[in-house]
Amino acid sequence: MSQNLLNSKIIKSSIPEAFRKLHPKVQYKNPVMMITLIGAIFTTGIVLFHYSAFEAQIALWLWFTVLFANFSESIAEGRGKAQAESLKKTRTQTIARKLNANGEEKIVADQLKKGDRVICEVGDIIPLDGEVVEGIATVDESAITGESAPVIRESGGDRSAVTGGTRVLSDRIIIQITVEPGHSFLDRMITLVEGAKRQKTPNEIALSILLSGLTIVFLLAVISLKFFADYSGTASGQDLSKIVTVPILISLLVCLIPTTIGGLLSAIGISGMDRLIQKNVIATSGRAVEAAGDIDVLLLDKTGTITLGNRMASEFVPAPGVKPEELARVAQLASLSDETPEGRSIVVLAKEKFQLRAQNYQPTQCHFVPFSAQTRMSGVDITADSIVHLIRKGARDALIKHIQSVGGRFPDEVNQSVEIIARSGGTPLVVSMDTQILGVVHLKDVVKGGIRERFNELRKMGIKTVMITGDNPLTAAAIAAEAGVDDFMAEATPESKLQRIRDEQEKGHLVAMTGDGTNDAPALAQADVGVAMNTGTQAAREAGNMVDLDSNPTKLIEIVETGKQLLMTRGSLTTFSVANDVAKYFAIIPAMFGGLYAVGGEGPLSRLNVMHLHSPQSAVLSAVIFNALIIVALIPLALKGVKYRPMGASSVLLRNLLVYGLGGLIIPFLGIKIIDVFIVFVRLV
Amino acid sequence: MKSFDFIQIVLILGFLVCVSPVLGGWIAKIVEGEKHLLSFLSPLENFIYLISGIREKEEMNWKQYALSIVGFSFLSFSAVFLILVFQGSLPLNPQNLPGVSWHLALNTAMSFMTNTNWQSYGGESTLSYFSQMVALTVQNFVSAAVGMTVLLALARSIRNKESQNLGNFWVDLTRTTLYLLLPLSLVLAILLVGQGVIQNFAPYLTLKTIEGASQILPMGPAASQIAIKQLGTNGGGFFNANSAHPFENPTAFSNVLQLISILLIPAALPFTFGKLIRSQKHGFILFVTMLTLLVVGLGLSLFSEYLPHPSISGTVMEGKETRFGVTHSVLWSVFTTAASNGSVNSMHSSLSPLSGGIALLNMLLGEIIFGGVGAGLYGMVIFVILTVFIAGLMVGRTPEYLGKKIEAQEVKMAILAVLAPNFIILAGTALSVVLPIALSSVSAKGPHGFTEIFYAVASGAANNGSAFAGLNANTLYWNLLLAFAICLGRFGVIFPVLAIAGNLAKKKITPPSPGTFSTETMIFVVLLISVILIVGALTFFPALSLGPIIEHFLWLEGKGF
Repeated sequence: MSQNLLNSKIIKSSIPEAFRKLHPKVQYKNPVMMITLIGAIFTTGIVLFHYSAFEAQIALWLWFTVLFANFSESIAEGRGKAQAESLKKTRTQTIARKLNANGEEKIVADQLKKGDRVICEVGDIIPLDGEVVEGIATVDESAITGESAPVIRESGGDRSAVTGGTRVLSDRIIIQITVEPGHSFLDRMITLVEGAKRQKTPNEIALSILLSGLTIVFLLAVISLKFFADYSGTASGQDLSKIVTVPILISLLVCLIPTTIGGLLSAIGISGMDRLIQKNVIATSGRAVEAAGDIDVLLLDKTGTITLGNRMASEFVPAPGVKPEELARVAQLASLSDETPEGRSIVVLAKEKFQLRAQNYQPTQCHFVPFSAQTRMSGVDITADSIVHLIRKGARDALIKHIQSVGGRFPDEVNQSVEIIARSGGTPLVVSMDTQILGVVHLKDVVKGGIRERFNELRKMGIKTVMITGDNPLTAAAIAAEAGVDDFMAEATPESKLQRIRDEQEKGHLVAMTGDGTNDAPALAQADVGVAMNTGTQAAREAGNMVDLDSNPTKLIEIVETGKQLLMTRGSLTTFSVANDVAKYFAIIPAMFGGLYAVGGEGPLSRLNVMHLHSPQSAVLSAVIFNALIIVALIPLALKGVKYRPMGASSVLLRNLLVYGLGGLIIPFLGIKIIDVFIVFVRLV
Repeated sequence: MKSFDFIQIVLILGFLVCVSPVLGGWIAKIVEGEKHLLSFLSPLENFIYLISGIREKEEMNWKQYALSIVGFSFLSFSAVFLILVFQGSLPLNPQNLPGVSWHLALNTAMSFMTNTNWQSYGGESTLSYFSQMVALTVQNFVSAAVGMTVLLALARSIRNKESQNLGNFWVDLTRTTLYLLLPLSLVLAILLVGQGVIQNFAPYLTLKTIEGASQILPMGPAASQIAIKQLGTNGGGFFNANSAHPFENPTAFSNVLQLISILLIPAALPFTFGKLIRSQKHGFILFVTMLTLLVVGLGLSLFSEYLPHPSISGTVMEGKETRFGVTHSVLWSVFTTAASNGSVNSMHSSLSPLSGGIALLNMLLGEIIFGGVGAGLYGMVIFVILTVFIAGLMVGRTPEYLGKKIEAQEVKMAILAVLAPNFIILAGTALSVVLPIALSSVSAKGPHGFTEIFYAVASGAANNGSAFAGLNANTLYWNLLLAFAICLGRFGVIFPVLAIAGNLAKKKITPPSPGTFSTETMIFVVLLISVILIVGALTFFPALSLGPIIEHFLWLEGKGF
């Protein structure tokens, strides 16, 4: 996806769009700019009836103010549109091979219905979103994720969802369609990035109300000023009608109302969504992005987020009287049929440490015992010299039960080793042969590098991290300590996850979590921000309010940051906009009333002309020009968002206050002065 | 200014700073129904509930609470209106004063019902003792108590979690009046009588002066009204000259007593609020904010008053009482406008332009620098909400105030509460500076005349009630305009505040974390002050520049109006 913030193509297409947005129907939604537009029309009318070069320039800059605001919105939308275009290209008409009673028929994808079954083979484009009900295949999802590496999709389990518009690269799968045409993931994604149906988010609505309120206040201040001027004119016996004119009052009004934030508000919102899309996260609503900024509890799955996926065998701890080689050999035997990453890592470790090669056994000699929920063990039964040797590996409790049933004994020393390993955060895997316990394999979780620092940052931001794991409490505690999370939930089940979310919410927290499995769906739906992995099931993707196309659980942290950045940008620009008004008053009030009660020369209020602006006209025009140009100057900031650093609220506040509050106070004084000098120099006034 | 002046100011402010937390804590006990010093009066409290059918434990939601206030206020208004119109036929009227005109009665009833106590009339020449005591003094108590009830409802809404309950209006009204306002007034009245404030039902005295002319000396039950006039941030004087009158404020000590009692309860309330919302730190921060604004205003005002004037040697004493001097006059002018009191001990019209401007600005900011009893603090909370909203966004979270999320509805109501008084101040002033019917009441010319009008409308809309003097307000136009301004200024704030309370009460409380924007720090004080000044200044800067500011510059050049 395009990382280019402002490319010339988008700028070019945004200019005509800015004019198109002058339509009252568009402007009506934004009261601040609506007032500016009315002011521009009014001033233009006055100029048409009674031309004056000064007022014509005012009118021109008022039009620019509105156009610049429109332009900012167009640019923000333009980026989304460009992305939507490229997505639309993948939504070509595909022919689906629909299964029916007689075999299969070929129909256009649009005619598929929810519940239909279709076949996809090598090279086929998957016609619509669905669930794999039969088979396994590799699928190229680059059209959606931008990631070229193919992914595996298979029936059953948590990797069964397929997305319309993606291409099957190998094998054959049967898919049950789960959506109606036009409502697919791709369709939703296109609407979202286009921003066509963008609704204002709660904070944006609240801010709009504040801005409208300020606009009314200034409207009152400016209208009443006309009356006050009339009184003052009469009282001083001066004629103020030449200087307190309608165009100047409109100029004052437009300068005072928060046009900067008002003009950029929708661009900020659109670009916030857009920044998430750049990170390959699709949010179903702006509301979700905003909620991400409010999150104060993160539920993170241990595996994949905090630790590097799988546990690895790291050590063989033999029982007393057992040689390490012997333990390694048996453990390797027990793991030969074990295709789990843990099992494979045992085979590898035995090979590395003791140069043991997996022996070849005839299938008749060898009977593999897969892991079952009842026994909670796996292993192998080897027949040698017509004696059956039972080789088992599993958790301690399971092995105690097993060894007692075959009449063996569980040595205390092994028990101690188990305790030591568990306390250190590892997973002890006890190995036995026949009635003898041979020792323990230490499976170790590898905590991701840099994750501890990440959690530290989150803590500074006021976000509590909770690690979710199926491990026992002892193991969980050790990893939690190593990774530096604030809390953990051991032996977690989907129900207990859901309950935990409810509990946190009850306490007033806002909770975010990631998930991929169908059993995560209730928790994803309950969480304030639920990020579903794109590799996950359809149910999970429907339940969450965001989908991470990269399926990277650590992404949650970036999502939170994006949400915060969005709110910070709004707040900072509002502060900036309001702070600007001080300088504008100091430009326009002395310009209007500098001559009031003057006895030859300058009047008392000309003392307020602290910027020493050249003339009343140059002062008013400079303020109006500054007001328009500042919108353009701030477009990049609105699109990029204010700089975000993980810090506590008070330091963030202090920093933003200094930059945008104090900056907003000072910059217009400089800006207006410079513009004044410039327009006097080029003789515009 | 002499060091003696400084010492007095420091002593008065120091006394307030020391007493406020103690009194504030005590008020929290009273309103919560806990055991306190005056609990022995509780049979009386229960008796009141019994005869008026109040169920003490029954809590109200915001609509019921608002409705009770409307009902009670309407009752108060009607009672005062009728007594004033028919005072000619009522007892305790030794001077046989006739009933007042309908528009003056309307204005006065509106004004006293809302704790404004704007006076378009002169007390001694217009009102009977009966009117003063039964109509006005009663309102002095209950209108202050009503302000208090709104604050209590707001505090409970912040404390309560996912609830509708804001307490019971009638219980709050009774407790505030019975345990706080009545006992304090009793003590103060006795102290004031000791200083020479009169308290009698005698007819006015006619005396011969040294020059042989005859002079009428008005009498009456002044002390009982003066005490609550100050304590309840009312400010309606018994006599026309208000606290400049020697029978209302005879000595320097009575002046100090009254100065302190103007701010006594409003300064204690931030601490009460802190206790009620379970964040004493936030209460303290609000107190610091108010104190800072007060001290800065006072400093500017004193500076301006002691600024050497090009054509006058020494300080300007016109319109001031010699027994109080400049410092005490300025102190009073700042206190009375900061606290929505509105009593005066000097003529504000005679203050230097900038001092008059500060008095005006105190009102324009919305009477939140301590402000009226209850009203000042709930007005301040409106600004707190606006501050929290803007600053909260800047830290990257949905803004929260003490764990309650501030969302569209709260922002809307906060804006309404700011808009209502500001609208009527600007619109009312705009109309009055061009309408001949309004201008005919104005005595001064130029910017000073403008300030006179501006001040009167602001005083009404902000429910302050002080007069700039010089404006003849007892005309149909002014009585009606100000009655309207007063009404909008009172209920245009109370309703939004209660609506906010209703909303906040329903919300969850988010526990604080390092990511929460804290309202308990000094940064917050700075922010809050900035928002108050920016909202106030941006709204009124053009108007102020054509009134006090331009007059100040002209005054520096030696031109007066």
